[in-house]
Amino acid sequence: MEEPILKVKNLNVKLDGEEIIKDLSFEVKEGEVLTILGPNGAGKTVLLKTLLGILPYEGEIDWRKEVKIGYVPQRLPFIKDMPMSVKEFFDLENVSENEMKEVLKSIGTGQEILKKKIGELSSGQFQRTLIGWALASNPQILLFDEPLAGVDVGGQESVYNLLEKLKKEKNLTILFVTHELSIVYKFSDRVLCLNKRMLCCGVPKEILIPERISELYSGEIKFYQHRHK
Amino acid sequence: MSQFFLSLITGIFIGGAAAYLGSLMLSKRMALVAGPLGHLALPGIALALIYGFDISLGAFSFVILGIILIWFFERKTKLPMEALTAIVFASGVAIAFFFLPIDQAEQALVGDISKIQLKEAIFSVILCAIVFIMTEKIYSKMTLINISEDLAKTQKIDVKKYNLIYLLLIALIVALGVKVVGGLLTAAIVAIPAATSRNLAKNLVQYKFLALSFGILSAFGIFLSKLTSLPAGPLIIVVSAFFFLISMILKMILNLPQY
Repeated sequence: MEEPILKVKNLNVKLDGEEIIKDLSFEVKEGEVLTILGPNGAGKTVLLKTLLGILPYEGEIDWRKEVKIGYVPQRLPFIKDMPMSVKEFFDLENVSENEMKEVLKSIGTGQEILKKKIGELSSGQFQRTLIGWALASNPQILLFDEPLAGVDVGGQESVYNLLEKLKKEKNLTILFVTHELSIVYKFSDRVLCLNKRMLCCGVPKEILIPERISELYSGEIKFYQHRHK
Repeated sequence: MSQFFLSLITGIFIGGAAAYLGSLMLSKRMALVAGPLGHLALPGIALALIYGFDISLGAFSFVILGIILIWFFERKTKLPMEALTAIVFASGVAIAFFFLPIDQAEQALVGDISKIQLKEAIFSVILCAIVFIMTEKIYSKMTLINISEDLAKTQKIDVKKYNLIYLLLIALIVALGVKVVGGLLTAAIVAIPAATSRNLAKNLVQYKFLALSFGILSAFGIFLSKLTSLPAGPLIIVVSAFFFLISMILKMILNLPQY
């Protein structure tokens, strides 16, 4: 069997003395879409940042050797105020002109976006740009933090489709943090339910049953399983 | 070389370098930091005036001391940075007033480059060139850090190293700035040209270039000072603020809804 692209074993993360992630173990296979689902404050973003090597941790995080990771952060609060064109944003990571064109093609936008000011992009365009930015370094795995927060419904749909397409084209492995259940059903191969510790992990249909969901969100949530065509 | 020319050249270099670095500070929402740092340079300036050494040297050592103190207090108390900065800089001003020679208070508070010596001018110009070149070198990495430290870290940028260089550059520019505009007005030479530029720029290239230009142009205040014999430091700031007003009006005109 193929070695997983990521192995996490007994991961513990403490920030300012507070336990954020407790004894978490899981694996990610190549080409898989894993959704990390959990309520606000469950430690989802912390988990992503820990996997990226930004935060200190105890335990083991083993990435496959020389794996390249792309990261799409949750929010970039300052960037919209900056006088910066999309091209200049890409220039910050030293990508060649050709690579930039390639990336624009794969996120489905034309060259004309390069001249636009970041602050003037629509939320959907901005999200695509961030995805493009993460793709520019040709990663094998993408880490997404709430990729659709603040994107309007139409935009959400097209960002999904984009992700589906990218996954097929580039055999990308995707780790996806969200609190939206609909995304889990549509898009992911496996779900990891997180609320400081792992509550469940498996195929969405099998584990996303109302009891689990309400345990995860520790409240009464009405959630019905229904089939998509 | 005439005294006026010497002052003007120095003013242009310091104004330009401060504005260029300031454009980075504005993006990091740190434009005001130069204010407290300038204030806490005051004891250093006072010492320099008493013992007759270069005021930038006195200012620089106290700015560094202040930064170390703020950093140390922050680690020990976990209080917000701005509260600690307020404590440190107010103490700096208070202490300075115990021994600031009263007849030279104006120079310490609002600067005076009208009598700058050749050696001092050359020294300042070289340091400004260093600040400018270093700022240019760290600019794109710092911009990414300003946008998101996490994103920068995923690009394997050593955020701590860049922040340290950046902080040293700020200390250096504050130390140079106090010569021209004194301990009270240093925030203005980094903040105003950058803010003016932000009003007009559509992209980063324009933003950097315009900030630099407005910084240089504000040295026109030195010229006005010769005409009016009012102090140059405050005039530089007033000229700079005037450009800002114009940029704001331009922005309002350009952004008017078009039918």
